Amino acid sequence: MSWECVIGLEAHVQLSTETKLFSRASTSFGEEPNTNVNLVDCGLPGVLPTVNKNAFYKAIRFGLAVNADINQTSLFDRKNYFYPDLPKGYQITQMELPIVSGGKVEIEIEGAKKIINLTRAHLEEDAGKSIHEGMAGTGVDLNRAGTPLLEIVSEPEISSAKEAVAYMKALHQIVTFLDVSDGNMSQGSLRCDANVSVRKKGDKELGTRTEIKNINSFRFIEKAINYEIERQIDVIESGESVTQETRLYDSIKNETRPMRSKEFANDYRYFPDPDLLPVMISDEEIEEIKAAFPEMPKDKFVRYQSEFKIPENDAQIISSSKNLATFFEECMENAKDSKLLSNLLIGDISSLLNKENIEITDSKLSTKNVSELVNLVSEGIISGKIAKTVLEETWDSGLSPIEIVESSGLKQIDDDDEIERIIDQIISEHPDQVSAYKGGKVKLFGFFVGQIMKATQGKANPASANKILKDKLDN
Amino acid sequence: MQFKTIKEINFGLVSKKFSVEELIKDTFALINENKVLNCFISLNKENALARAKKIKVSKDSHLLSGIPIAQKDLFCTKGIKTTCGSKMLESFYPPYSSKVEEALNAAGSICIGKTNMDEFAMGSSNETSFFGNVHNPWKKGFVPGGSSGGAACSVAAGLVPAATGTDTGGSIRQPAALCGLTGIKPTYGRISRWGMIAFASSLDQAGPICRTAEDCSILLDAMTGYDSRDTTSLNLDPTNTYADLNKSYENLRIGIVDEFNVDALSKESQTLFNESLKVFESLGASIHKISLPNINQSVPTYYVIAPAECSSNLSRYDGVKFGHRSLEAEDLESLYINSRSEGFGDEVKRRILIGTYVLSAGYYDAYYKKAQQVRRLIKNDFEEAFKDVDLIVSPTSPSEAFEFGSKGTQDPTELYLEDLYTISSNLAGLPALSMPHGFVNGLPVGIQLIGNYLEESMILNFANRFQQSTDFHNAKPTFEGF
Repeated sequence: MSWECVIGLEAHVQLSTETKLFSRASTSFGEEPNTNVNLVDCGLPGVLPTVNKNAFYKAIRFGLAVNADINQTSLFDRKNYFYPDLPKGYQITQMELPIVSGGKVEIEIEGAKKIINLTRAHLEEDAGKSIHEGMAGTGVDLNRAGTPLLEIVSEPEISSAKEAVAYMKALHQIVTFLDVSDGNMSQGSLRCDANVSVRKKGDKELGTRTEIKNINSFRFIEKAINYEIERQIDVIESGESVTQETRLYDSIKNETRPMRSKEFANDYRYFPDPDLLPVMISDEEIEEIKAAFPEMPKDKFVRYQSEFKIPENDAQIISSSKNLATFFEECMENAKDSKLLSNLLIGDISSLLNKENIEITDSKLSTKNVSELVNLVSEGIISGKIAKTVLEETWDSGLSPIEIVESSGLKQIDDDDEIERIIDQIISEHPDQVSAYKGGKVKLFGFFVGQIMKATQGKANPASANKILKDKLDN
Repeated sequence: MQFKTIKEINFGLVSKKFSVEELIKDTFALINENKVLNCFISLNKENALARAKKIKVSKDSHLLSGIPIAQKDLFCTKGIKTTCGSKMLESFYPPYSSKVEEALNAAGSICIGKTNMDEFAMGSSNETSFFGNVHNPWKKGFVPGGSSGGAACSVAAGLVPAATGTDTGGSIRQPAALCGLTGIKPTYGRISRWGMIAFASSLDQAGPICRTAEDCSILLDAMTGYDSRDTTSLNLDPTNTYADLNKSYENLRIGIVDEFNVDALSKESQTLFNESLKVFESLGASIHKISLPNINQSVPTYYVIAPAECSSNLSRYDGVKFGHRSLEAEDLESLYINSRSEGFGDEVKRRILIGTYVLSAGYYDAYYKKAQQVRRLIKNDFEEAFKDVDLIVSPTSPSEAFEFGSKGTQDPTELYLEDLYTISSNLAGLPALSMPHGFVNGLPVGIQLIGNYLEESMILNFANRFQQSTDFHNAKPTFEGF
């Protein structure tokens, strides 16, 4: 029997605002527990929330980028439930009138484009964190409580785990380029809940869905959804029916399992938060946001080719990642050869990043060091080959390429006299090969180049060495 | 010093008849002699005396400089216990102060202590307080009204000249009426709710309870003003009602509401009401009949909206971070259940249950949403009415003070009717005042003036003129039975 699946995603994007959604406490990550917490965040009796307009501006920027409707009057509602890390006993969210309605996100799967429609995107506050490890009871850390989130809800139009990943990657690209979020998935800045159901191919009605909560990496999204699709098919094929429930993905066992019913069986009793008046966004504010709209990947792709004359493929790769694009643009303020730079970024640097599975912002590479390295090559101070060695040293130590070159004598030998002296030495040491070459074995030219590079530890200027060697051997 | 007004005390301080220190010492002595009233939950003696030593009053000082004021125990006062009349907050010492406390401190007044109140301001008789009943100074064993019962009692007994209250459905006006005082709830948003422990956020509003309209205007002006920490705070300058007492509001048109059906009141109450209308006319006002067609829906509407908001506002008391935590808890579930079961009293629980019910899936549209629609209609009725009249007048409460335990013990909704006349101005967000206008069975009763939005000056000006031609506000309680 042939099955198809229907997937809708609820993505939670942590907005990169300095302060929280309803208080002036900092949102910085990784601080000591309960240090980024003020009176409002811990929900003390008598405190009141005030709205962080910057969170709205970021949400609006996202809405404009996906061609959504911006609701210039939007409301906050309370979602009531008890949990130790939820200080007020309710979460402030947007139910009736979200800031963003509709919108479209384009994804690409093996060359084919597809539009995923959005239902809405709304602002809400994050909860704190319960900590069970390393203490007798349960600890509550409220640092994260009140951090602004944008929940982006897709229509159930995603038809495979691969599409789900492509969609999340597209969202990641949009929110990072817009500076709406840092998109750091390991810190939870982007995570999603997946609503998954299966049905027989051709069926009109949707099957019973399950919701997989809180998946926080592209890889897990794919695995969790695929597992869940298989599980649901197995359930149906064995003659049973799928239960509508909330499930958790266990990445270690690679399986989903139901959450205890107590953890989600809630009537949230949504109602408009009487502490917050409707938030009004003026036409002027929207115009200002439009005017300050950041450059998106498509525009960068075109500009990189026309302004920096880098190859199409390089422009494509660099412009699709916010981190690479920013790095590239900053390097170009000092780097003298854009092609060398783009080649280095998508080549040696990308393989180092892939090897360690990190983002360039998490590496020791600085734009200063990389542009220095490009300039060392373009000015002929080191060869491309040496550049690779220097890059690896900079990668490991974070030291400046100029220092590395100077301290380890990696500077290119440009002095023709010195190169000639070395070549003479090699020729005199290899009379047999010289005779063979002169006798017609021209392939031996490479042997001599190798000897030169060996003798100079690769520092001989290749162009000069080639020319001088040819002169010597051919005469 | 007993029974003095703010103005009288200020005169005494300015003319050096007594010092602030003497005044405050005397105040605590008075409070001590009248402990039986149970109007304070906690006293702020040490701090108050220390502050008194520092305050020097001259004729240029703020009129509130050195004036002892009793704070209702739901205004957070930094380092001073703030219980909200509940076991839940029996040992809660807030790490910050409310805007009202900040403002009164800035004006130079001295917080004497925290007054008894219905638990979380839910009640009309002060009988729901965890800290016991408060006596009406006019008659032992009789209620002072609520929820600001301790506040009204402390002023009525003459212990302090002024007290702060809050009014969600009549909690300033009804106790003021039952204790023979003047109290005003300003327009919603006039006074910041920052640091005022919430009962029902869209209805809660602070205000003063004093002996006279003049004193009320002094205190009100100090309490009002924009506060960016409260998004529902009106972005306006503080009120200027004290200066406006000298303004002349000519030919005021005063409306009496058909639907309030004053004819159903006791003969004595009717007589008093009609006599007051005559005084109004003698002050140049004209009386007009008006209709507020939806006004009779006020009580049911209120008892959907207020509990809904309270059920959510009180969710934070879960035994996890602050407030009462049950010692009997074995796991998270029992921590919640036991802490809340032990920490809250019956009336609070009743309202949390009602509120939870009306917000539940399947009931929301029939109750909460419908109530919001009716609220809108009530508001519209007032807006229409204020096209034809300047003030609306009604009794403040259906009857005079009653005996402890005599109302609401069988049917709690019996007590809910105490708020019949007061609730609609909370629903509409309008300013309203109660002032004494006579006695029924030897106990004071009040008359209510409701004004249009932001018309606090007009209300207080008219009340002040009424008090210049009447004597009810000067009556001192007889302390019957004490």
